[in-house]
Amino acid sequence: MDEKNILEIRGLKSYFFTENGTVPAVDGVDIDVPKGKIIGLVGESGCGKSMTVRSIMGLLKYPGRIVDGSICFDGTELCGLRENELRKICGKDISMIFQEPMTSLNPVIKVGKQVKEALLAHDRSITHEEADRRVVEMFEKVGIPEARKRFDSYPHQLSGGLRQRVMIAMAMICRPKLLIADEPTTALDVTIEAQILRLMKDLRDETDMSVLLITHNLGVVAELCDYVYVMYAGKIVEQAETYELFDHTAHPYTKGLLDSIPRIGSNKDRLHTIPGVVPNLLYLPKGCAFCNRCEYADGICHEQADELREISPGHWVRCRKPIYGGEVSR
Amino acid sequence: MKYFLKRVIGTIPVLLGVVLLIFVMLRIIPGSPVLMLLGEHYDQATIDRLTAAMGLDRPMIVQFVDYITGALSGDLGISYKYSRPVTDMIMESLPYTIRLAVMAALFAWIMGLVTGVIAAVKKNNIIDRLFMGISLLGVSMPIFMTSLVLQYIFSFKLEILPMTEDGTFLSMILPSIALGWNSAGSIARMTRSSLIEVMQADYIDTARAKGLLRGAVIIKHALKNSLLPVVTMMALQLSSMLSGAVITESVFAIPGIGRLATTAIQNRDMPVLQGTVLFTTVIVIAGNLLADLLYSVLDPRIRKGD
Amino acid sequence: MSSLKRSQDPKLDDELKLQIGERDGIRDKLRKMCRDNHLAALSAIVICLFIAMAILAPVIAPYGEAEQDLINRLQGPSAAHILGTDELGRDVFTRMLYGSRISIAIGILPSLISLIIGVIAGLTAGYFGGAVDYVIMRVADVMLSIPSLLLAMVVMYTLGSSTVNLFVALSMTGWSSVARVVRSQTLSIKQSEYIEAARSIGVGKWRIMIRHILPNCIPSLIVLFTLNVPSAILSESSLSFLGIGIKLPASSWGLIVNQGRQFLFTQPWLCMAPCVAIMIVVLAFNFLGDGLRDVMDPYMQR
Repeated sequence: MDEKNILEIRGLKSYFFTENGTVPAVDGVDIDVPKGKIIGLVGESGCGKSMTVRSIMGLLKYPGRIVDGSICFDGTELCGLRENELRKICGKDISMIFQEPMTSLNPVIKVGKQVKEALLAHDRSITHEEADRRVVEMFEKVGIPEARKRFDSYPHQLSGGLRQRVMIAMAMICRPKLLIADEPTTALDVTIEAQILRLMKDLRDETDMSVLLITHNLGVVAELCDYVYVMYAGKIVEQAETYELFDHTAHPYTKGLLDSIPRIGSNKDRLHTIPGVVPNLLYLPKGCAFCNRCEYADGICHEQADELREISPGHWVRCRKPIYGGEVSR
Repeated sequence: MKYFLKRVIGTIPVLLGVVLLIFVMLRIIPGSPVLMLLGEHYDQATIDRLTAAMGLDRPMIVQFVDYITGALSGDLGISYKYSRPVTDMIMESLPYTIRLAVMAALFAWIMGLVTGVIAAVKKNNIIDRLFMGISLLGVSMPIFMTSLVLQYIFSFKLEILPMTEDGTFLSMILPSIALGWNSAGSIARMTRSSLIEVMQADYIDTARAKGLLRGAVIIKHALKNSLLPVVTMMALQLSSMLSGAVITESVFAIPGIGRLATTAIQNRDMPVLQGTVLFTTVIVIAGNLLADLLYSVLDPRIRKGD
Repeated sequence: MSSLKRSQDPKLDDELKLQIGERDGIRDKLRKMCRDNHLAALSAIVICLFIAMAILAPVIAPYGEAEQDLINRLQGPSAAHILGTDELGRDVFTRMLYGSRISIAIGILPSLISLIIGVIAGLTAGYFGGAVDYVIMRVADVMLSIPSLLLAMVVMYTLGSSTVNLFVALSMTGWSSVARVVRSQTLSIKQSEYIEAARSIGVGKWRIMIRHILPNCIPSLIVLFTLNVPSAILSESSLSFLGIGIKLPASSWGLIVNQGRQFLFTQPWLCMAPCVAIMIVVLAFNFLGDGLRDVMDPYMQR
């Protein structure tokens, strides 16, 4: 394991074993999260990005499970770790923010207590008074107004933005080395979204933790991330530094995602969309998984899948005919 | 609190309806109760005297208002058969029924919750199937069958528990199990499905991501949420439990309210039957109110009245 | 029936239908239940078997209904009498066959009547709303508040013990839960656009209720009916067991238990045989009801 990485995922395979067949939701994924960096993981819904991070936290739901691969966190192998051992790391060194602040907090427990629980789970010596104080402190830090009063609120009494701040407070309270944020702003208003993203960036700058940010929004990536992985149908299809990815987009799918972002001042009349939907993972095409939706695909693309290739330093792509840096002319 | 007050006021028309329904139903009987009391030897003078004494010569509406005012001050009329105040008779039987119901409820709740939780945790495992099979068997057994089987096995074959009620704690064990058996089955099934559903919720993932162990997640996060529908069902169980008490009290010869109602029918003792049915219904309604209160304590979303 | 061509894989069909938004017809749902839930299918067969036995009782029964054999009284199970004989030397199996007629009829008929009452009450309350709704639903509340067995006892007291009166008593108790379900469904369907459309082109109230709203309730009604039957069977047997239900010379399982009870410790099969019969029928209806609920109406989970 590379010393500068806090998390290294190698060849991760997580499959769903359904009655209709095996669904390869995550199929051989490699991801590195360097210390102190914000890494983006981008893709449409159903491409396997949530499954990837759920595999890290041991939160795969039945009938899904990790089939193969290694998840190495700070020198510890998480795959095959016993539940009890994994829980000691989760919430303390790795913590996670979920997509839906509305349903991610327990409706019948006061939010302060829910945050405090994370602290008490990992530090048995701490007193209740001390824990309460730390929670209120953290509430203030994540910008919850009237933090002391909010301690005794129930989730339904808070707005979506406030609830997500509570989730962040819960994730941050043990000063984790890695924060995994699974679409943390998807369910929020645009103004709130900006505030939450700002907050996450500030917290990173302050504490030097690493962030693995899952999103389908490339705008968020541009604003926040240092390095980006693009995922499609369970596989990484392109990875690069953020600026490189935006300037020299290589994979047709990434290009499609970028073109789907509405821009002010664009003289296009219609918003670009990627035709078709994410393929059913049970019936993947024989060749490239994207071939049925790709405007550049030819006969060979339908027949033969491609491996990840480095087309420039730190920029990898899984495509026979990349838009940038490919030998195949079009 | 405001919400609860509203619920209390909302039950008043229902309560009045119950009184009216039972009152009317028991009085559309063909033939006067006086004739039934007197048997074969009577003359017109006696009939008139008795009818007047029992207030049966007045219009129905007057009798009804009279009955309601009486009931409010704790007077439920006089038994035809025993010439005693019905209220006294109910109060004498009440402790037996309460003891039976409380013990049965305790048995049902503990058994139901424990098996339900275990089955949910061991979902689709052999233990789950076994427990759920037994629960469904419990739901499907008539109460008199449970009672008779228990009596046969534990009192007759094994001779470890008394056959009928004799005032001791030991003698209440069989009736309580017989009465609680059905409810235990439904509570177990409900708890299981509710807990399995709650375990799929997002906040369970949050709790696990926080680093809580499986046991702590179930006890601290899942159980409270999954109990909400179970509490409602337990209140509904109260009604069927009081129905069941009529049978268990009959099998185990317990002089409780159910027995009072059964003998009242055999004796054609209308005031007693009326009083017991009314009294039981009031208990059921009160139980439902209590469940509502408990529900609002468990679920803060309701407490704040939104 | 489905308009889709059936493919080889029935599961694929389900998925396809889900995608194009086609809803299964009731027949499709039943087929699905039989395919996925063997226990429910088996229960349906058991129920049919019991009903057939009840109807064919005079044909199957090895002895006459009241045929006494005073020499062979209180016999244990034997080749001549599979379930033994009672205190008058009557064949218990024969008595149970005849008893099943009332026990099963009383499970089904009052449930049907209370279903009809409940549908009418629920539709009216839900559709008209306001004071009508309030009155109907309070009456339903009243019925639900009184423990069902006690309510039935009151009716039996007033009308006297007889088979017909038992039908009346049990029909009275079951309708309120049906009314509640129908009302809430009516309320939600009433808001939908196609009802608005029907109303706007002048379709009459009752026609809307019967042609448009009622069909939407049918899946839940089937489930409710299936689950009401076992509780009616249990109520009947309980009342008869207490001696305030069926009266001799008529016979039902509950009454046979009542009569056999005095021999519980010497001839336990006398009262256990009908008990087991009741349990099997009730169990079958519960399994079937659960199975139906799973396929008919995923939202109606209690």
